[in-house]
Amino acid sequence: MQSASPPLMRLTGITKAYPGVLANDAVDLSIRAGEIQALLGENGAGKSTLVKVMYGLLQADAGSVHWDGEAVTIGSPARARQLGIAMVFQHFSLFDALSVLENVALGTGLDADAELAERIVSVSERYGLPLDPNRSVYTLSVGERQRIEIVRCLLQEPRLLIMDEPTSVLTPVEVDTLFETLARLAAEGVAILYISHKLGEIRALCHSATILRGGRRVADADPARASADDLARLMMGDGVQLGAAGAGVLGTPANASTGRQAPCPSDAAGTVRLSTSGLDLAAGAPDALALRDITLSIAAGELVGIAGVAGNGQDELLAALAGERRAPNAEDVLLDGTAIGRSGPGERRRLGLCSVPEERLGHGAVPELSLSENVLLTAHHRAPVARGGPLLDRRAAKAFAQRIIEEFDVRCDGPDSVASSLSGGNLQKFIVGREILQAPGVLVISQPTWGVDAGAAATIHRALRALAADGVAVLLISQDLDELMALCDRIGALCAGRLSTFYATADVDVRQVGLLMGGAASLEAAA
Amino acid sequence: MMRLERRAVPSRVMVWGAPLIALGLTLLAGCALFALLGVPVLAALHAFFVEPLTSRYGLGELGVKAAPLVMIAVALSIGFRAQVWNIGAEGQLIAGAIAGGSVALALYEIEAWYVLPAMVLGGLAGGMAWAAVPAFLKVRFNANEILTSLMMSYIAVLLLSLLVSGPLRDPDGFNFPESRLFHDAALLPRPWSGTRLHAGAAVALLVVVAGWVLLSRTLLGFALRVHGQAPRAARHAGFRASSLVWFSLLAGGAMAGLAGLFEVAGPIGQLLPSISPGYGFTAIIVAFVGRLHPVGVLFAGLIMALSYLGGESAQITLGLPLAVTGVFQGMLLFFLLATDVLIRYRVRTGTRT
Repeated sequence: MQSASPPLMRLTGITKAYPGVLANDAVDLSIRAGEIQALLGENGAGKSTLVKVMYGLLQADAGSVHWDGEAVTIGSPARARQLGIAMVFQHFSLFDALSVLENVALGTGLDADAELAERIVSVSERYGLPLDPNRSVYTLSVGERQRIEIVRCLLQEPRLLIMDEPTSVLTPVEVDTLFETLARLAAEGVAILYISHKLGEIRALCHSATILRGGRRVADADPARASADDLARLMMGDGVQLGAAGAGVLGTPANASTGRQAPCPSDAAGTVRLSTSGLDLAAGAPDALALRDITLSIAAGELVGIAGVAGNGQDELLAALAGERRAPNAEDVLLDGTAIGRSGPGERRRLGLCSVPEERLGHGAVPELSLSENVLLTAHHRAPVARGGPLLDRRAAKAFAQRIIEEFDVRCDGPDSVASSLSGGNLQKFIVGREILQAPGVLVISQPTWGVDAGAAATIHRALRALAADGVAVLLISQDLDELMALCDRIGALCAGRLSTFYATADVDVRQVGLLMGGAASLEAAA
Repeated sequence: MMRLERRAVPSRVMVWGAPLIALGLTLLAGCALFALLGVPVLAALHAFFVEPLTSRYGLGELGVKAAPLVMIAVALSIGFRAQVWNIGAEGQLIAGAIAGGSVALALYEIEAWYVLPAMVLGGLAGGMAWAAVPAFLKVRFNANEILTSLMMSYIAVLLLSLLVSGPLRDPDGFNFPESRLFHDAALLPRPWSGTRLHAGAAVALLVVVAGWVLLSRTLLGFALRVHGQAPRAARHAGFRASSLVWFSLLAGGAMAGLAGLFEVAGPIGQLLPSISPGYGFTAIIVAFVGRLHPVGVLFAGLIMALSYLGGESAQITLGLPLAVTGVFQGMLLFFLLATDVLIRYRVRTGTRT
């Protein structure tokens, strides 16, 4: 029945290039009325670019768009809405201090009167999205806020609803409610394009799936028939092709040609240096994730990897381990036997726990400050820069910066150059070097080669291996499976703030890690 | 067509060039203003900017006016660097004057060495207590310190007028809302005869040096700067935001309170319903004109002090309203904010290429 009807929207040969990256490469996609279609792909696969083209936020360099069988140009979101296309974004655009009614009125251009309030109530009841139009947004949960966005879209009676990773911020119960709503909308003939990388959800909800990898459409799949396993393989490609899947920005590890390097000959029964047990951490902000029951342990000389798609709690995990967020109990985090759960980042560094956050500018380094001042940022806690008094040791900081520049081959104009003047790769080498040269006992490092050129990535990988060989416990949080598979002794995955079971890297393949990334708690559970 | 083009890197020349350009534009706009008022422009400029500097008394007054501005502005700069916006230095100044002045009145006619030090402690404590309220509200409830510190200023003004009309009123003062004149042991010495210059000027210079050392040489100053520029990096480094907020506000409160005490123990010599010509607010302008740098603040403070003297002198010799002072100060900040765009942008003429 569905296959008989003509497509509601058809994209042909959509191509969109950004400087240095081909985000969409001749992508075709068509969606019919009443169909829930998944748009599946890893970060950087080109999903967001494609839907932005569909919603008029971006203009394609090449390709055509047909709506109801007629060629159209979608020059702006206003034009898209006029056609009947609505989009619910991953990040909400709501005013906290205003009421639900006022927010809806602002988004739709309608008057915030009793009539609109009535319409909100009737739409929200009809689709099982209970909303009180007079509540202030700041009193609402994240799931309720998302309802406002959805109701705002539904009031415009869309024919195509695009949802960008809608469940990344929802609790499981809220996810169930959302799925019921979407199924009802589809039954009424609304086409839904559902962007996600969570395989379980897609199999439960979607009628069809378009899979993007490296900016290209690589496959269509029937989610009901394909196993999560097949989908993971389609999404990530075979192990050897993974380097290409990262939109061309990820460096290939130095040893890619020789296959996986044997894990460094660490003492199998190395003493545990960093461990957490059942660590729970509430979400720090409305759009942040909560960490649940995080249990891990890393031994001296071990390189442990945590895979996962961005936004699944990586930032929160780094904050919890580095001390930026404190654990509920001191015993939740143990460093060399010392309970450090309640200690701040400075105390943890003094005890030997160094960290490198994902974001270089503004988190790992201050953009406006010089490199030698950026040395002081974290190194003032440890030798050789620490002075122990209220005064800064600028000379030591400068010498330390010079040492980092030399040992890590940081291309810059010397220790006085401003951090923001360095290229991403060079700044990353600098930040990684800053932590490594402090001789930590444990290093937690997040996305160390994201957006870094191949040469810098190779330097960083070599440094991490050498560090582990020296008996340091290294935790590597990364989205780059190739990197994790090449470097780590053990690997697990983070999904929606929960950690999977860890496996020896030698015992699992990329496909199996993909299952863990998709939310399987263990391979046994996924089988 | 003129247009602005973003610079690749912020201009270092313009960081200090912008205040000079702003000063020039203020002078030009001032000339236009004088011309519109029908005052001979050159005579007005002479009265405003030269005459106050021609006498010993005038130079002394420059120090008297500049001292509180510089002291407060250095402390505010430290907070502003950390993005802690203490707008209520005026209130903290008054609170310091009330507390320090009360000490003087409580120790009335006691001739002892400890009277002045006790007053100084009172001034510091008063200003800090007043600043502690916005600091607590900010740290505990994330209340906007711009609003709370400003509101505290109005409370201080009213509290002072309540006190000088009531408990602190001079019993022999014919019901005028004034305190007793402080006795000699409670007054700051005036080492330079023929002027009202007092120890506050020396303290202001010390504050400049201390502020410079703090900001450029200490871990605390570094933490404040990092917190202002990249709060996440500050958290990563382990700097506690709440401590930095407390320090910024208390430092501002302490310096404002001390400046207030110096006013009442120096040039004024008693508590009056109005003890400050808006030093606490003008110090905000001084801090920005001085680029939030202690040495820059010193020069900016001298310029602002001159604008107070110039306003008085223009009032006396040319009959201009005293509001001219406020207009000049406002124009200087206005032009500075406008010319600050030149730090990050350059002006290009012609069509886009």
